Amino acid sequence: MSKNGKRVVVDRYKCAYCGACIAVCKFNANELIETFLIIDDEKCNVCKACVKTCPMGALAVIEACES
Amino acid sequence: MYDVVVVGAGPAGSMAAKTAAENGLNVLMVEKRQEIGVPVRCAEGVSKAELANFVEIDKKWIAAEVVGAKIYAPNGAEIVLAEEHAGNEVGYILERKIFDRHLARLAVKAGADVIVKTAAIGLERKDGTVKVKLKRMGEEWEVEAKIVVGADGVESRIGKLAGIDTTLKLSEIESCTQYLMSNIDFDPDYTYFWMGNEIAPGGYIWLFPKGERIANVGIGVMPSKAKKEAKEYLDDFVDERFKDGKIVEVVAGGVPVRGEIETAVADNVMLAGDAAHHADPITGGGIINALKAGKYAGIVAAEAVEKKNYSAEFLRKYDELWKNDFGKTLRRNKILQEKILSMDDETLNKLVGSLAGKNLGEMSVRNITIHLIKANPRLLWDIKDLFF
Repeated sequence: MSKNGKRVVVDRYKCAYCGACIAVCKFNANELIETFLIIDDEKCNVCKACVKTCPMGALAVIEACES
Repeated sequence: MYDVVVVGAGPAGSMAAKTAAENGLNVLMVEKRQEIGVPVRCAEGVSKAELANFVEIDKKWIAAEVVGAKIYAPNGAEIVLAEEHAGNEVGYILERKIFDRHLARLAVKAGADVIVKTAAIGLERKDGTVKVKLKRMGEEWEVEAKIVVGADGVESRIGKLAGIDTTLKLSEIESCTQYLMSNIDFDPDYTYFWMGNEIAPGGYIWLFPKGERIANVGIGVMPSKAKKEAKEYLDDFVDERFKDGKIVEVVAGGVPVRGEIETAVADNVMLAGDAAHHADPITGGGIINALKAGKYAGIVAAEAVEKKNYSAEFLRKYDELWKNDFGKTLRRNKILQEKILSMDDETLNKLVGSLAGKNLGEMSVRNITIHLIKANPRLLWDIKDLFF
């Protein structure tokens, strides 16, 4: 489920799998498995804390209809 | 049943596992990654004297030694912190990939079980003990433990599973990018720090030597203050200063700079290292505090097992130990950090400029701040009591 038609996505070519995004997520909506970041759209509130924190600029908010 | 399950095999976890095992406890350490020590998330600098308190120094995991630090104001004014005599190296730059494995081996040598590529995904307290749900390569199972040490880093799950809120605000974390850069010019006897709201808002840029012409060049910025991502600030800096440098490794990370947390314990659970936000709010350094916390957690775990008491109330002994050791420094440096964050570049220039070109001696936050307060009593009046 997206929020207001928006969702957070990860660009895996940019992600350096550091876990900083997880440290700032109060909804526990993300998880790092080895080098693979998972974002749970059900839990994500699109508050953008992770987007602002990502040192690599690997996270972005998109319209939910895009994939 | 295990006496202790340690989650995370970084410095805090390995030290907790080692200490608990040395005290006769039955210990399991789980690491979610398939390799201990990589990917690195660290600038790798550490105090030589403090490290020697915990582990016998082995050149295999020392990349470089330094005698001091050079700090730069936004306008380029420099202050030096270094011992005057040659041969007085005060800091190591580690090779964390090797260092972390060495610590894990020490835990194993002490008798701890270790299991990698295994995540702790659940905690359930029952009848005074706790069931830890583990997951490895698709297989899930439970182990029972009296105590869980959460040393699972800045993205700690154990804290949250145990009811300790470890979510960091955007003003409580440094967003960091680092390049291992080869073919760059600098004096390898020093570490370097560049400050400025334009180049590194809410943080700083560092250079930590890893040998001749090779160094960790990195940046931390505070997300609440930064206008773009850490990597872009770092790229701007290295493009200007190290044009001929070659990037041979990219590192990223989040450093908790929240300062002292109220408690790092819950029933059956102790948090240590970055999971407990034990990193220093001024320097971002976390290795020594992680080692201290791990050791204290191991000691308190042994006492708890002996007394058969795993309640939060009993485990507060662990809070007391780390707070009495470095908690007050975290508290002090948080206040100092907030003071520095409130300064514009002009003020930073004035502050550093008042001591420009001088060697202030000992490389410590306390020493440099005392010098700054003496030279700028009006600017720093409100924090003087923290340092005198």
